[in-house]
Amino acid sequence: MAQTPAPTRRAQFGPSLRNEKSKQRRAEALTGYTFLLPWLLGFIALTAGPMISSLYLSFTNYNLFEAPKWIGFDNYTNLFADERFLQSVKVTLTYVVFGTPTKLAAALAIAMLLNSKRRGQGFYRSAFYVPSLIGASVSIAIVWKAMFGDAGPVDQFLSFFGIGLGGWVGNPNMTMPMMILLTVWQFGAPMIIFLAGLKQVPAELYEAAEMDGAGWLKKFTSITLPMLSPVIFFNLLMETIHAFQIFASAFIISNGSGGPAGSTMFYTLYLYLRGFGDFRMGYASAMAWLLLIAIGIITLIFFKTSNNWVHYSGDEK
Amino acid sequence: MTTTAIKPDTAASGTSGVAGNRHPQGRTILGKSLKALVFHGVSLVLIAVVLYPAVWMVASSFKPSSEIVGNAAIWSSNFSFDNFVKAMDGIGGVSTLQFFGNSLILAVGSVVGVVFSSTVTAYAFTRINFPGRKLFFTLMIVTLLLPFHVVIIPQYIIFQQLGLVDTFIPLLLGKFLGAEAFFVFLMVQFMRNLPRELDEAARIDGAGHVRIFRSIMLPLMKPSIITASIFSFIWSWNDFLGPLLYLNSPEKYPLPLALRLFVDQTQSSDYGAMIAMSVLALLPVLLFFLIFQRHIVEGVSTQGLKG
Repeated sequence: MAQTPAPTRRAQFGPSLRNEKSKQRRAEALTGYTFLLPWLLGFIALTAGPMISSLYLSFTNYNLFEAPKWIGFDNYTNLFADERFLQSVKVTLTYVVFGTPTKLAAALAIAMLLNSKRRGQGFYRSAFYVPSLIGASVSIAIVWKAMFGDAGPVDQFLSFFGIGLGGWVGNPNMTMPMMILLTVWQFGAPMIIFLAGLKQVPAELYEAAEMDGAGWLKKFTSITLPMLSPVIFFNLLMETIHAFQIFASAFIISNGSGGPAGSTMFYTLYLYLRGFGDFRMGYASAMAWLLLIAIGIITLIFFKTSNNWVHYSGDEK
Repeated sequence: MTTTAIKPDTAASGTSGVAGNRHPQGRTILGKSLKALVFHGVSLVLIAVVLYPAVWMVASSFKPSSEIVGNAAIWSSNFSFDNFVKAMDGIGGVSTLQFFGNSLILAVGSVVGVVFSSTVTAYAFTRINFPGRKLFFTLMIVTLLLPFHVVIIPQYIIFQQLGLVDTFIPLLLGKFLGAEAFFVFLMVQFMRNLPRELDEAARIDGAGHVRIFRSIMLPLMKPSIITASIFSFIWSWNDFLGPLLYLNSPEKYPLPLALRLFVDQTQSSDYGAMIAMSVLALLPVLLFFLIFQRHIVEGVSTQGLKG
């Protein structure tokens, strides 16, 4: 409707105004690109350009000092014969598959505990958030290493109950639980997001369910979970992608070795060691692209399956 | 509010539970305050467990090294500042104050860069019409999910060829060029909710985009600028991978790298000084949290920002 009178109006005013208009539009576009310039430069020089060149490098042998040599798919085929690479995939997947759901479960449980109008809620929320703030730092990695070391506080505590495991840091079977505990410890950030989600759930729903005699489990599965599903989806996606990229803690705890027995050889650590330790830049680029593809596929799966389990309240109205 | 009023009753009905139960109102009050008691009890126990590592760290920083390993207790009779004195000496001939300075330059530089690039970019995306806007916006959203590791090798090669390795430029340039898409996204979300009538009125008065951006938008953006500043400061302060890749000389190290050097060289012989330095490195972050708690928690809950 609004568009139909436009041509006649334009015709009425004649060419001088049309010129004026297009000039204005050009000026607007120029201003737009001026404002966008920093981001655009960054996008080209620091993101898109490097991505394309790392794709190219992934098909070459390149050590930073000699020109890259094209070797086709060799890096990729070599990767799948490289035991340390396969180990890094295993370690990272174990960490993501066990760590992320545990962390989110802890976050949701404590968010539900805190979701009330009681006094002190703000204080508790902030206190639980502190680990998220500091957990990925080098300082905490050092503390973690000390706490889980031989005769450290954790070992002492468990020995008190007769569970003498010794130091976790040097035991290849215990380093993964230790790393998972470190990520679960940082449940505060997703907890705060869950809390914001819980506040949006209308209380009438629970009241109606209580009238129908629903117990807490029933209320949890048929009200809380579906109503929170968009937030769960967001948290799950972000935390999963984030978990794949763990680096500093693994680096510090294993002294950059990925040990003992490769048990902390996380994907990004191996990528770093290959790229910047051995200067096998082509090989490391292939690893980077495989990581990108894996994260891309996981994101896609999340979005494709989300129709089945994520409920947006807008749909129901 | 209600809990305060009920509290004295709790004690009374607690001692004579049966009497309290006789009145229907008394029962609900008892039930409510019992629930509150359980709530606070469980929360406090959980907080004690969750904060134990942090408390242990702070306590250990005041203990002699011999008392740190093999000691789960928080309290010690040998508390002293010795570890901090040793930690301030620094490592590799560089004083800890210098590491602090380096961290501070990087963090403040990041804040300036992030605030500049994210506000300017968000203004272009939300307030100016230009061809290709939709495409670029989509590309910006895609980069939100991009793992940083995909670009580190080519980025390193670029900076190496420009002779910029072992300077702060590779660590700061990206912030000035909006490479941290999260902050751009944050600003876009915020700016979209600002009423358009304001800038339209200014346009009628003859103000250009630069004027509108500087005199109308920037002041209104203050809350999101504060959020972005806090998070970019903390992220830069804690960043390890960036400095690890680009900085070689110890006198340019920020605190996380200095700590790693410390770990390498002392090899667990001087736990005390190492943990004291870890505490020092976290101090600004914790201080920030104490001051800007509300902003940080709000930033997480409304924007999904990671800590």
